[in-house]
Amino acid sequence: MILEARNIKAGYGGVEILHGISMGVDKAEIISIIGPNGAGKSTLMKTILGLLKPTHGKITFDGHDITDLSPDKIVRRGICYVPQTDNVFPSLTVEENLEMGAFIRKDDFRGRMKEVYGIFPDLKEAKRFRVGKLSGGQRQMVAMARALMLDPQVLLLDEPSASLSPRLVKLIFEKIVEINQSGVGILMVEQNAREALKLCHRGYVLAMGHKKFEDTGQALLNNEKVGKLYLGG
Amino acid sequence: MTYRILNFANFSHGDIMSLGAFLALVSLTLLRGLGIPDTPFGPLSFGLPMILAFFIALLLTGLAAIIIDRILYLRLRRTGPIILLIAAVGMSFCLRNIIQFIWGPQPQYYFKAIQIARKIPLLGIRIKPDEVFIIAVVALLVIGLHFFLQKTKMGKAMRAASDNMELARVSGIDTEKVIMWTWAIGAALAAAGGTLSGIENKFITPDMGWQMLLPIFAAVILGGIGSPYGAMAGGMIIGLSGEISTAFISTAYKPAVAFIIMVIMLLIKPRGLFGAR
Repeated sequence: MILEARNIKAGYGGVEILHGISMGVDKAEIISIIGPNGAGKSTLMKTILGLLKPTHGKITFDGHDITDLSPDKIVRRGICYVPQTDNVFPSLTVEENLEMGAFIRKDDFRGRMKEVYGIFPDLKEAKRFRVGKLSGGQRQMVAMARALMLDPQVLLLDEPSASLSPRLVKLIFEKIVEINQSGVGILMVEQNAREALKLCHRGYVLAMGHKKFEDTGQALLNNEKVGKLYLGG
Repeated sequence: MTYRILNFANFSHGDIMSLGAFLALVSLTLLRGLGIPDTPFGPLSFGLPMILAFFIALLLTGLAAIIIDRILYLRLRRTGPIILLIAAVGMSFCLRNIIQFIWGPQPQYYFKAIQIARKIPLLGIRIKPDEVFIIAVVALLVIGLHFFLQKTKMGKAMRAASDNMELARVSGIDTEKVIMWTWAIGAALAAAGGTLSGIENKFITPDMGWQMLLPIFAAVILGGIGSPYGAMAGGMIIGLSGEISTAFISTAYKPAVAFIIMVIMLLIKPRGLFGAR
């Protein structure tokens, strides 16, 4: 496991939301976390990135303990994050958003920018536009492209398909697979549970801050209990 | 811009402006003392020491703002905008009274020469050579600020942080560094304003910046809070309308004109001319 969380307990202002969750991401694996609202999916993601300090448990990345590091230090080590909302800089252009993603790079990142534009050719066409003027689907692509600029080993995606039209959801999922095939491990939280389980290698089902199931995506899709309780029958 | 990055309205901005004006006075006195010839440039009423003092004041005021931020605001950063705002009001009193304590309440002068406005052929207006200089310096500063915000890495990071501080942080941007730069640039520009107004008005007083606070807020609200370009445009409109009003009503009402524009703007378009949110 390149990224591993062990027995994580965390919450906001003394209210515990995660009651001891263990999970991991292997190199170049796609992991989906599904579960009902309030299950603690986004909280888990924020805890991994250091935006929230766990009260208990340990997070390791590449063999090093990152539990107590600040978000910018964790980002430097190779875990990048795309929040669910407000995930772009609207008054900056597409290209400036990507430059901000590469802010901590001291080297010449034009090569990386070319690769990222290779994954999202639409963005190259729109690189001089202010992101605030783009559509929801394009914004989501900008957000993902920005997070890829550091060439992360693991990419955290918080509901990448939220509030997108079905056609765009399909496109975003295709992009996620494409990013993964370039060697990036993906950990995503999704409401589109069925689709997310179809494309992932492994999945976790969370409910009420506990891990209920963990298995390969296909096995979870075939699991009757999971289907009944979390996939709507 | 400072409002969006620092997350509070900086009430001490005006007094930082006075601080800049007085730091320019100190530098000017020292430079004259060092024996740098103070012969005026051509038609201008000042020489090399004033120009050097101007740049030294910008630098020192920027540094002072960073020091104030480290000592005072850094500890309060997590508390909330209201507490920061009150701290800034307190800082404003401190600065004003420190200045008054050192230099006294009476006006101070950079130089005492009085200039006569010259008529510009063709345009049919009268303008003092010093004012031409001031306009040129302001134009340079505006162009410089624009270049900084659009082309440099730190300028872009400042715009990014003012868009979305949290996202800037998770992108790996050193937001503390961004905050320090914001203070330094905001304060240096305030110092430029204070020093230039000292050149124009011929005198500086400890409460000059405080007096400017209302027009500053009016300009910022008019332009749209958080928009540096809006603030520039707002400053132009407030300044010009204040001056033009003196043709019709008493000059004592100049601040009232700024105030009325601010109230009207808040009633019809509270986001301002260029306000984003």
